[in-house]
Amino acid sequence: MKKNNPIQQTLTLVKKDLLLEMRQQYAFYGVLLYIVSTVFVINLMMGKPEDKLWNALFWVVQLFVAVNAVAKSFMQESKGRLLYFYSLVHPRYFIAAKLIYNIILMVVMSLIALGASIMLLGNPITNPGYFVSVVLLGGVSLSLLFTMLAAIAAQANHSAALMAIMGFPLILPILMLLSNISVSAFLTVFQPDLPRMFWLLGGLDFLVIALSLILFPFLWKD
Amino acid sequence: MARHWWKALAILLLLYVIIAGFTIEIPIIGTNGQSSRGLFFHVPMWLCMYTMFTISVVNSLRFLSGYDLKKDVYASTAARVGILFGVLGFATGSLWATYTWGGTLTSDPKQMCTAIALLIYMAYLVLRLSIHDMDKRARISAVFNIFAFALLIPLTYIIPKMVDSLHPGSATTPGFSEKDTDHKMMMVLYPAFIGWILLSVWIYTLAVRYKKLELKNIFK
Repeated sequence: MKKNNPIQQTLTLVKKDLLLEMRQQYAFYGVLLYIVSTVFVINLMMGKPEDKLWNALFWVVQLFVAVNAVAKSFMQESKGRLLYFYSLVHPRYFIAAKLIYNIILMVVMSLIALGASIMLLGNPITNPGYFVSVVLLGGVSLSLLFTMLAAIAAQANHSAALMAIMGFPLILPILMLLSNISVSAFLTVFQPDLPRMFWLLGGLDFLVIALSLILFPFLWKD
Repeated sequence: MARHWWKALAILLLLYVIIAGFTIEIPIIGTNGQSSRGLFFHVPMWLCMYTMFTISVVNSLRFLSGYDLKKDVYASTAARVGILFGVLGFATGSLWATYTWGGTLTSDPKQMCTAIALLIYMAYLVLRLSIHDMDKRARISAVFNIFAFALLIPLTYIIPKMVDSLHPGSATTPGFSEKDTDHKMMMVLYPAFIGWILLSVWIYTLAVRYKKLELKNIFK
């Protein structure tokens, strides 16, 4: 097998990130605890919320989980290590690896958040298969956008507050789309442009991937 | 003097727009009454905002292809002027909404989307403030600017078209154009577009010149 073709390089970087995650488990368990305690706080404050509120709270939890989980993917890299990677691989493969790794991470986190919400906040979902697929799609969309923003924030002195300032306005349309799409999992509502919303979400994801691959090399030119 | 003819044109057109905009007879459309006159001031603001944001993103692209710091000054100044016009557009729209929709800040998707668009560009300015190194600031904010502009198009153009809004001209609410049968409003609206856009470009050139004076030690 050739060692230096692009796919091989990207996969190696993903593997390295996963290996790091396995070894430094504190980060993973940190986010896990973050999810459970957030949901638990909601449970303590309002018990079992009704459908619409449940949906809204779930996506807000997802948003904060995404910020926390994805932000650290660049922050855990020290400056020296980044320089080392820079000398080894093309930046495009590096950001591709980060995107893939964050998708995996967010898919796992989304499922955990879903499980915690169902356990602690009750289960108003009437169409579970549909809702799970929307949650996975949402996890992927959130992780893609925040990966690029984390890369920008990492250049600007690793400030997590900055990521929230940049990220929240940008993520709002995606979040609105997601919460609109997922309403169908709770109630039988008439949504004539549901397929269009899926297309739009897919299109936005594709746009974010393309922009990340094109723009990241410019970020890395230090 | 020949180079400044467009500034004179801007003043003349805006004088015409302000005088005619408040005095001509306009068709009374539904419950809008005389508030339709807001059209001459509200719609051009958005065109100015888009013009400025387009100038900004084009200069960001040019910066990334050549790393010329002047382009960064153009991009950031255009974004700032664009935000000014965006805020004015939002304000004129909210003023109109107060009397026709019955609320200054409603949960209408058009209003929300423009508020988000303004927040995105304010985030761009905050990002610029947070980086002290000039070259780095220019590079990173150019990347964010392109990223933000690409997401701004679906946000302010596609999503508001999909959802139902009370805003004139969207899905189920008719626009003003079909009621304006003798095109009296058009006679003011089109000059208003040109006049306000010229004014925004004028403000932009002044701001760029000021910024260049500030940084004259760098641009020698």
